[in-house]
Amino acid sequence: MQPIVEVRNVGMTYQSPDGEIHALRNIDFMVHDGEFVSIVGPSGCGKSTLLSLISGLLTPTTGQIFLHGEQVTGPSKKAGYMLQKDHLFEWRTILQNVLLGVEIQRSLTPQIKEKAKSFLETYGLYEFRDKYPTQLSGGMRQRAALIRTLMTDPEILLLDEAFSALDYQTRLAVTDDIYAIIKKERKTAILVTHDISEAISMADRVIVLSHRPGVIKKIYHISLTCPKRTPLCSREAPEFRHYFQEIWKELDIHV
Amino acid sequence: MVRTTQILFLVVMFALWEILARMGVIDSFITSQPSRIISTIQNLYAQGVLFLHIGITCLETIIGFLLGTMLGVLIAIALWWSKFLSQVSEPYLVVLNSLPKIALGPVFIVRIGAGPVAIIVMTLAISLIVTILEVLNGFVNTDPDKIKLVESFGGTKYQVLTKVLLPASFPNIINALKVNVGLSWVGVIVGEFLVSRAGLGYLIVYGGQVFKLDLVMTSVVILGIAATIMYQGVIYFEQFVLRKSRLR
Repeated sequence: MQPIVEVRNVGMTYQSPDGEIHALRNIDFMVHDGEFVSIVGPSGCGKSTLLSLISGLLTPTTGQIFLHGEQVTGPSKKAGYMLQKDHLFEWRTILQNVLLGVEIQRSLTPQIKEKAKSFLETYGLYEFRDKYPTQLSGGMRQRAALIRTLMTDPEILLLDEAFSALDYQTRLAVTDDIYAIIKKERKTAILVTHDISEAISMADRVIVLSHRPGVIKKIYHISLTCPKRTPLCSREAPEFRHYFQEIWKELDIHV
Repeated sequence: MVRTTQILFLVVMFALWEILARMGVIDSFITSQPSRIISTIQNLYAQGVLFLHIGITCLETIIGFLLGTMLGVLIAIALWWSKFLSQVSEPYLVVLNSLPKIALGPVFIVRIGAGPVAIIVMTLAISLIVTILEVLNGFVNTDPDKIKLVESFGGTKYQVLTKVLLPASFPNIINALKVNVGLSWVGVIVGEFLVSRAGLGYLIVYGGQVFKLDLVMTSVVILGIAATIMYQGVIYFEQFVLRKSRLR
């Protein structure tokens, strides 16, 4: 089966006033349909850069990236980006915010608008469609941001520390919520995070990156015994602690 | 309560001014007094020149204000669009911003000729740079992740401008407008000081020269009223745009 994402021997070098910065080196992995992959690594290891490369916002210095067999050369409709904060525009209503992506891609039709409304309906935001982002809770805003991404029908979701702006309790709940939506819509996703627990709790595989220049140190296949795989439930699984310790050691964090 | 006190304060001030002038405590030749201001206005009206002077000054101010704001926003967009352009112009903007533009007045008059156009250019010179800097500041301080979001959807530079930068900088643009109300009046009055044969600035200079300080104070009071109306206009515009963007 053709992978959704194929990262082939990718390297990234930045030019900075102090000289070249090697952000990533020899990154090589694939993500298959319906998979959830987490990428963890110490701060500054280039994990967010990797997402920007996959989304086509940046071009790799070496190597190639393929989305569904097509080489990435610029921002692609196939990738849907979710950033650290929800970045709902406060001057737009929830419905207008959700339509931002399709509006930019000039594919806004009455049918698409109906689709947006049905998305909002399904995920409990319909009555807030004409409200402004400031009138919504953090969790609802995050959900609206996800719907905005889903509206462009991406084949791969790129979550860049997508929950880190939330406080801990909200974050656990939102993670569960977003995970359920991603699974329900049968989306493939890559999550970048520095939170080991979050990475394990959501992922089928966890990729551990090293310090700069980021290289893949190890890939863990996560298999947890829990009745229904949700991030909260995963944290209860007996194997969870084991994975945590392994990855913790691998990250080799010193203060 | 606040509003009542504000109005009361104004009434008391004018009453006090009138009473003290009548009692001879303050010299009404220099400070004028409300009743003399009213009769001056009546005189001007009787001569048929009251609305001519007010009209000319207001027209010059509004034209200068609108031109300064629109050109300022356009230039700010151009500077954001072209990094090269903004880097080249940066030191000039800094110098021009601190330079008292009024000093350029004689240059405009000699170059353009004494008349309303020179006055409008004067106004433009004063308000333009501030507008550019304020709007550009709004652009630069827009969250880069919001721009990234639009780009990740495949948005063009033009879409980044219209979908993010302009709406996000709306408070800055309004702020520039509010500052420009004051600056436009400064520009027009200074311009009229230098060249005009009509307008409130002309009345002030003329009144000063012939020691008719009633005329000066009358013009100042009218200026105060006109500036307030214009400022309120900007606030109405702000609310209008906000309401419209919310109903859309």
